Amino acid sequence: MTEPLSIPGNVPGKALLLLGCPEAPAQQAIALYLAHQLRSHGADLLITGNPSVLNLLRVSDPEKHYIGQMMVLEKCIEEIVEKRRTTDLCVVCAHNDAAIAYAATMHHLLPDSRMVVIIFGKDPEPLAASIDFPCEKIVEKAVHNPMQLKAKVNEVFGWAASRT
Amino acid sequence: MGCIENLKYEMLLPLGASFKECREYVEKNFSEVWYVDPGYKLFDEYIIGLPPIALGLDGGKIVFPYTKPCHGTYLLRIEDCDEADRVRKTARKKK
Repeated sequence: MTEPLSIPGNVPGKALLLLGCPEAPAQQAIALYLAHQLRSHGADLLITGNPSVLNLLRVSDPEKHYIGQMMVLEKCIEEIVEKRRTTDLCVVCAHNDAAIAYAATMHHLLPDSRMVVIIFGKDPEPLAASIDFPCEKIVEKAVHNPMQLKAKVNEVFGWAASRT
Repeated sequence: MGCIENLKYEMLLPLGASFKECREYVEKNFSEVWYVDPGYKLFDEYIIGLPPIALGLDGGKIVFPYTKPCHGTYLLRIEDCDEADRVRKTARKKK
């Protein structure tokens, strides 16, 4: 049973959302949803990814109602390796082998953080099976429609189900 | 790619190879294999991947995986004697 995201004493925990290649549209929706939910629950959120994925979010949310702070992946990894940045929660969106490599890297660099890997896309099961490091996995066949993915995210984080 | 793209490199495995395939290729095809962890700095970039990350050395040539979110993992070979010597001093040698 997964523990809900805990933010003791209403002190915002630090959360990192690492996005993979933006090729699968479901990622964009689930990223905005996660950003909204995590920040609404008091998390201090940083979103990281390549410039394209960050620009997709910037254009989608021009007034930054949901996304908050963002940083390119290379810079974020540099800060984590150099121990200038840490996080309580790391969520990685993965629909290809490269994103699993990034998740493994984050797991290695942030051994004390809660690690959640969201594996989606056309054929997520083999990708999920390739993960050989401890983490919580959310696995769903989702490319365009994020609704089932959203339901599983709600379940893992203990968020009340929404009908919208 | 970043700075590494500006270096003179050879691509040993075609795009689309998995990270684990890159590791197996290095272990099978190079007699001198060294291991590093994710976040190891090589050619001024932090290496990404599933630990342990296998590096192949052939004299002054270094074979290593290079991962980018949209492109997957490339297995690259770059000649740099100083960097190869630094790997020999700082990485873990395959037993």
